[in-house]
Amino acid sequence: MRSLFRRAAPGTPGGERGDKDIPEDVWVRCPSCREMIYSREWEAGFKVCAKCGYHTRLGVRERVALLLDPDSFEELDGGMRSGDPLRFAPDGIQPYGEKLKSQAAETGLLEAAVYGRGGLDGLPVVLAIMDFSFIGASMGSVVGEKIARAAEVARRERRPLIICSASGGARQHEGIIALMQMAKTVAAIKALGRARLPYISIMTDPTTAGVTASFAALGDCILAEPGAVIGFAGPRVVEQTIREKLPPGVDTAEFQQRHGMIDMVVPRRDLRAATARMIRFFQDAVASTREVPAGAESGAESGGNGRPAPEPALAVTVAG
Amino acid sequence: MGINLEFERPLAPLREQLEGLDKEVAAGATDELRLRRDAVAAELERQSRELYAELNRWQKVQVARYQRRPQTLDYAKAIFTEFVELRGDRAYADDKAIVGGPARLDGQVVMLIGHQRGHDTKEAVERNHGQPHPEGFRKALRLYRLAEKFGMPLLTFLDSSGASPGLEDEERGQAWALAENIAAMTELRVPIIASVIGEGGSGGSLALGVADRLLMLEHSVFSVATPEAAASIVWKDSKHAPEAAEALKLTAHDLLELGVADRIVPEPAGGAHSDQAATAEALREALLHELQALRSVPLERLLADRYEKYRRIGTFYE
Repeated sequence: MRSLFRRAAPGTPGGERGDKDIPEDVWVRCPSCREMIYSREWEAGFKVCAKCGYHTRLGVRERVALLLDPDSFEELDGGMRSGDPLRFAPDGIQPYGEKLKSQAAETGLLEAAVYGRGGLDGLPVVLAIMDFSFIGASMGSVVGEKIARAAEVARRERRPLIICSASGGARQHEGIIALMQMAKTVAAIKALGRARLPYISIMTDPTTAGVTASFAALGDCILAEPGAVIGFAGPRVVEQTIREKLPPGVDTAEFQQRHGMIDMVVPRRDLRAATARMIRFFQDAVASTREVPAGAESGAESGGNGRPAPEPALAVTVAG
Repeated sequence: MGINLEFERPLAPLREQLEGLDKEVAAGATDELRLRRDAVAAELERQSRELYAELNRWQKVQVARYQRRPQTLDYAKAIFTEFVELRGDRAYADDKAIVGGPARLDGQVVMLIGHQRGHDTKEAVERNHGQPHPEGFRKALRLYRLAEKFGMPLLTFLDSSGASPGLEDEERGQAWALAENIAAMTELRVPIIASVIGEGGSGGSLALGVADRLLMLEHSVFSVATPEAAASIVWKDSKHAPEAAEALKLTAHDLLELGVADRIVPEPAGGAHSDQAATAEALREALLHELQALRSVPLERLLADRYEKYRRIGTFYE
């Protein structure tokens, strides 16, 4: 999240205070309305501008802190790294293998997606998060594999799945292999659905192209953050296609809600509660029916990540 | 795409000569004339074969996109004894970029669905150059369900550079339409064979392309995005499309090697456009062969294999 806001020069807010003794990092400037915000307030509000409501993009750790109960996150397959299936190294372009390394060094992440088990409002869940700072959160082999595994772990352990998506689309450096991740992730999501486990899709800024057009669009319930760019081509490509300037607001969360594509636009501070509420609706409904869902499996098999799967989580919670 | 393929220019004199001789033979054949005609035809085939064996990836893209290359409706006529086009998504419109309906392949009833780009400017405009709107994908989805209901194997023909990226497409949920089609294909309870017949690209092709078997015509391509789009992402300039085509590894042979395509269907010496009937026959044989193999697989096995097929695609280290 380095890129979107700049630290203000010391002494700028109001201009009249003798700020010499205030550390430089006390103020941040809202990237949208340019308002100066006290940094502790900014962090406490999960980087939402108190004045204009602008939702700054969050990194993986911030997302975990926003959604999960403290210290409940247990990352899975954290060491997974991408191969270079096409040996992508055209003249004049940084070879893919090197790009992966330099991106890792720059972002502190090994890939654009992270997933694991955690507790959300006391509910055992599987959570996957995409981080736009890593090659635009484009989907290649690792993102595809982690999303598919997240769905499979959720199915085995009978936990609901939550995916916070953000992406510029398929990772071009992996060519057709990247495109096929759309089918792979979707197949895993559909298997989860056949086992009648809830999948909540949370779309964050920006969610576009191959990610919107695969697992992100398939949530049993789709939530989105205010103002997030959400769509297929994205406003820039649409403008190039129709050769016209678009009115503001095309391909935003609000636009997609108006057109019937997402259920709720939820301010960041309410995201955890809204997610928990939807999961409880679905879980309580399933708990009250006697029919055994197709595709339900016991939790006895191994965990797919080298570890044995824990006892199946209690899938039912009493509401309220 | 222009009327002629630039790299085919060296073949032009022989083609003209052959055309002239064909006319002469038609007007009044002598043995000597026939021999001369056959010799020129053989030479043209030899040179075509040489030329096509050495095409680079960008040239393959040109062949795959070529307006004279056979399209879904051409194969519908040439391969199937019967085909009835069904229209509309039952919600909004009939999108002519996708055509489909029941067909008979050697007596077997199948559901045929494919992209149609159009052979001339008028048809191309009518069909949005084979770039479907959401209603096109929703029509295809309706036909998938129909195929499943009546147990018709699904045969799809891929020939689209991608889904249409306009404002109306965003308003009508293009991404959602693609996702629903991909999802339906992962669990559709009939055998699916997808064949790339021209330029396959992006989600707009994958929405017809999740299958038990992926066939590719020898000079077709299948890519994550058009080389132009990939170049504008990676090079920040679409003019680098030829280099992008090279780097994307998008030919039939590339995809076979990458484990994404299952079978290459050979084309005549000068490409599918040089002999449509021969191409159709080769595709027909391949489809019959694959269909017979898939029909013998029990349904639950077929679905488990389909899941595994996609589950395995990816390159990573743990």
